[in-house]
Amino acid sequence: MEEFQASKPIYWQIVDRICHQIVRGEIQPGEKLPSVREMAIQTGVNPNTVQRTYSELERMAIVESKRGQGTFVTEAKDIIIELKSRLQREIIEVFVNNMKELGYTKEEMIIGLKNFVEKEDRG
Amino acid sequence: MISFEHVTKKYGRETALNDVSFTLEKGKIYGFLGPNGSGKSTSLKMMAGLVFPTSGTVSVNGKKVDRKIAAEIAYLSELDFYYSAFTVQDMINFSASQVSDFDWKKAEELVAFMQLDPNKKLKQLSKGNRARLKLVVTLARNTPILLLDEPFSGLDPMVRESIVKGLLSYIDFANQTVVIATHEIDEIETLLDEVIAIQNGDIWAIENVEELRETKGLSVIEWMKQIF
Repeated sequence: MEEFQASKPIYWQIVDRICHQIVRGEIQPGEKLPSVREMAIQTGVNPNTVQRTYSELERMAIVESKRGQGTFVTEAKDIIIELKSRLQREIIEVFVNNMKELGYTKEEMIIGLKNFVEKEDRG
Repeated sequence: MISFEHVTKKYGRETALNDVSFTLEKGKIYGFLGPNGSGKSTSLKMMAGLVFPTSGTVSVNGKKVDRKIAAEIAYLSELDFYYSAFTVQDMINFSASQVSDFDWKKAEELVAFMQLDPNKKLKQLSKGNRARLKLVVTLARNTPILLLDEPFSGLDPMVRESIVKGLLSYIDFANQTVVIATHEIDEIETLLDEVIAIQNGDIWAIENVEELRETKGLSVIEWMKQIF
């Protein structure tokens, strides 16, 4: 069973996890997702909640449900690319807001980020 | 569908339920939450036809509840009562002999799922395994309604988890309505569709749990603290 934050919608937390798994390549384009029941057992979550997760992913065009076969991750490259850049934007937004709150300028943020990344490259 | 209309239950001078009205819909998992002595068990027993209202009406699927409702309801008691000479298999045979809707195949699967030894005597089972067996004989029935009274009480985390997984694996979600009375909210936080908060014999609120999280940013526990 997985851990969830009890004060945030659980359907959305599962949407988020699946999106991350797709971007990391742990779930491949065209791959079949577990059935609602399987996913409910894996996560320890109510099946209606899992159903809502799948409906939301379908609305976002990230998955497609094929009648009688199950739910599959999209093979459309543009959607996966868009998902990747959306997650990137979200992380950058959090970073930038935190830096702003501490009083850093745009230039300082960019220099700091550049230095950090280069240092990481050098190991 | 289960409905309470102006239901009051008195035990002598004590009021267990005080003019309570609510409706539970088909195909949902309800958590009946409240402290000890709030009226949870009394409410469940009324749905099961084990206790009758002093005034008001309890009905299940449009029928007023009487003893015969047992045919439509699987009820898991909070009591740890058993025949000590019985084996696990005896208990299953006995349960099957008492009802017409017992699903032998499901019972067999559940025994394996819960890793119970059919030949073991009940008095040799741990408390946790007796709790698992109680769930086995409850879930093996194909009834439209399942009532579970304190299924987690006094059990360790491993047993609690196997009970949650057992429920998720074997409930027929489209057709069965499940009502779980408990004061241990952590275990079922992610399992529920709706919560019913009860205290001192009054229903304080019935809410959809995902809506609580989405519109109020509250977990079930936080919400209960706010309203009580």
